[in-house]
Amino acid sequence: MFVPFLYELRRHRVPVGAQEAVALARALEAGLHDSSLDGFYDVARALCVHSETQLDAFDQAFLAHFKGIESAGQALAEELLAWLRQASEKPPRDRTPEESEALEALDVAALQALFERRMREQRRRHEGGDRWIGTRGTSPFGNAGRAAVEGFRIEGQGGGRSALKTADARLYRGYRDDQVLDTRAMGMALRKLRAFTREGAPDELDLDGTIDATARNAGELEVVLRPPRRPDTRVLLLLDVGGSMTPHAHLVDRLFSAAKQATHWKELRTYYFHNCVYGRVFRTERFLDPVPVTTLLADCGPHWKLVVVGDALMAPYELMLRSTGLEMYDERGPEGVVWLMQLAEHFHRHAWLNPEPPTAWWAQTIRTVRRLFPMFPLTLAGLGEAVNHLARRGTARA
Amino acid sequence: MTPPPSSRLPNTFRRFTGTDRYLTSPGLQAAVNCALALERPLLVKGEPGTGKTLLADAIATGLGLPLLTWNVKSTTRAQDGLYLYDTVQRLHDSRFGDGDVKDIRRYIRWGPLGQAFRAPGRTVLLIDEVDKADLEFPNDLLHELDRMRFRVLETEEEIVAAERPVVIITSNNEKELPDAFLRRCVFHFIDFPDLELMKRIVRVHHPTLDDALVDQALEVFFQLRTLTRLRKRPSTSELVDWLAVLQAAGVSSVKLEAELPFVGALLKKEQDLETFAEAAGARRARG
Repeated sequence: MFVPFLYELRRHRVPVGAQEAVALARALEAGLHDSSLDGFYDVARALCVHSETQLDAFDQAFLAHFKGIESAGQALAEELLAWLRQASEKPPRDRTPEESEALEALDVAALQALFERRMREQRRRHEGGDRWIGTRGTSPFGNAGRAAVEGFRIEGQGGGRSALKTADARLYRGYRDDQVLDTRAMGMALRKLRAFTREGAPDELDLDGTIDATARNAGELEVVLRPPRRPDTRVLLLLDVGGSMTPHAHLVDRLFSAAKQATHWKELRTYYFHNCVYGRVFRTERFLDPVPVTTLLADCGPHWKLVVVGDALMAPYELMLRSTGLEMYDERGPEGVVWLMQLAEHFHRHAWLNPEPPTAWWAQTIRTVRRLFPMFPLTLAGLGEAVNHLARRGTARA
Repeated sequence: MTPPPSSRLPNTFRRFTGTDRYLTSPGLQAAVNCALALERPLLVKGEPGTGKTLLADAIATGLGLPLLTWNVKSTTRAQDGLYLYDTVQRLHDSRFGDGDVKDIRRYIRWGPLGQAFRAPGRTVLLIDEVDKADLEFPNDLLHELDRMRFRVLETEEEIVAAERPVVIITSNNEKELPDAFLRRCVFHFIDFPDLELMKRIVRVHHPTLDDALVDQALEVFFQLRTLTRLRKRPSTSELVDWLAVLQAAGVSSVKLEAELPFVGALLKKEQDLETFAEAAGARRARG
């Protein structure tokens, strides 16, 4: 019964497999779902989803698969109760034979009491039957009626959300990883970009070395020290600010603070530019304190990881403006696009993060920049890909 | 009469339904009970301050089991959780002739996982903030958590858990966990409580507080959380602390405005305080 649901999950890119199917079967066998759709929702979610980024997809799959089941069951239950109540209120001679028969077999008040008792028991003991969702029970309430009451009302707890309503509300959309990200998520993505090396003063006890040396020394204690493990990644961050980047300022700001917080890098340098790199970059967002690109290239070896953040959107001529490291718009210097080329050639590992969605990347200047830099969208998934790209070939050192 | 189906199953177990001090949602209960029934670790994620760590405490109390805590740090290795062989002590003893150096077992120091496996009964083991450790850390624990056994290399001794401990793992999402590890866990993401649940939670912690103040404080609190530009949105634990401060200071009413009393208990970052001041200023200008 739930196997088609697992395929529905896979269609929504929730990676479930045999392991999840077996776990789910065991949980259902143990009656953990309390024979209800809400219970099934909670159990299936606990077992099939492994990360909050998949919760939204799970909700959608659940909705697609189970929509309609709940309303049918609930409507039947209400109909049955209404019918019985109506019948009991009629004077005996107006009742139809079926109504009298039903009322003889079932006293409405007793029925209601039984309902309530069952529900209390159910809530207290939390022991469900092994009925599948929608399969029929054997109680005097009628199959659909009982399944519906036990299943759909009992978990409702004072007007709480039912599974389908929860699923429909899509509360977890914010956690999808293909959406634009927040600082923490960015920091997490950046953490993959790290490498360690042992260098510096030997001040950490090398236990294995000490034992080895002591044994060689015929049992006389000989302490061996080694330098501690330290991070060895250096990152150069170039940020495009102003103009068409202003709408994205918030996002870039978050990336910047995430990068600043990252403690697993040996060094992080951040510079700013506008539109395109023209011979120099700036230490502040207000374009004060310029640093010539030539100095930058001399300071930062090719093993630095270069990350450029910008929308690469500008008038085509702006890529061709000439400048030197000292003067803007100096005819003697190379064009902006040549400066970009130099940066891309100097650093072994470089990536361009673009806050514009990939659907907008047909713009001419973006296409040109993409030929120089591998470009990734500034989303969690894109940042992850960029970091993977940067981390490849590990710790290439100059 | 056939017996109720659950009694026919081999793995009958005590269900977890929360405690007086710890309120749960049906989803969280289902996740905990799945973990109990399937004897798998439970991985709990959620915003900081939503009670991930307290959950283990509540489960231990609710089921009447002892709780072992393993606080993971950035330098923690998987081996630390199993046992440590104190070579330095042994070297020291052999040099100065203290104690019986031949007996290696004297120099085995059990870690939290080792203690949980060696315990005579079932225990609750909390592995707190598993994401703090190195990237390989969860992978190194796969086998031990799966089979609930490990071998002490120095003594050739096999440690097998008499009863599989209830393992609760919390993560703050600072690092991604490997897929193989995730697949072995029951997962639950603790939602931020809605207004109703939050009221009940506040009542649990501050039963004597004035109703009007609680309502006002909650209103301010949820308004604060709607400020999207906050870096660290205040969460349950901050609210509870804030109410404690309000109570201690004898504040009787609060409103969302620039001079919110003890706002430092809610907002912990300087930029957030600035954002808040701006937003409060904007409200006043509008109103």
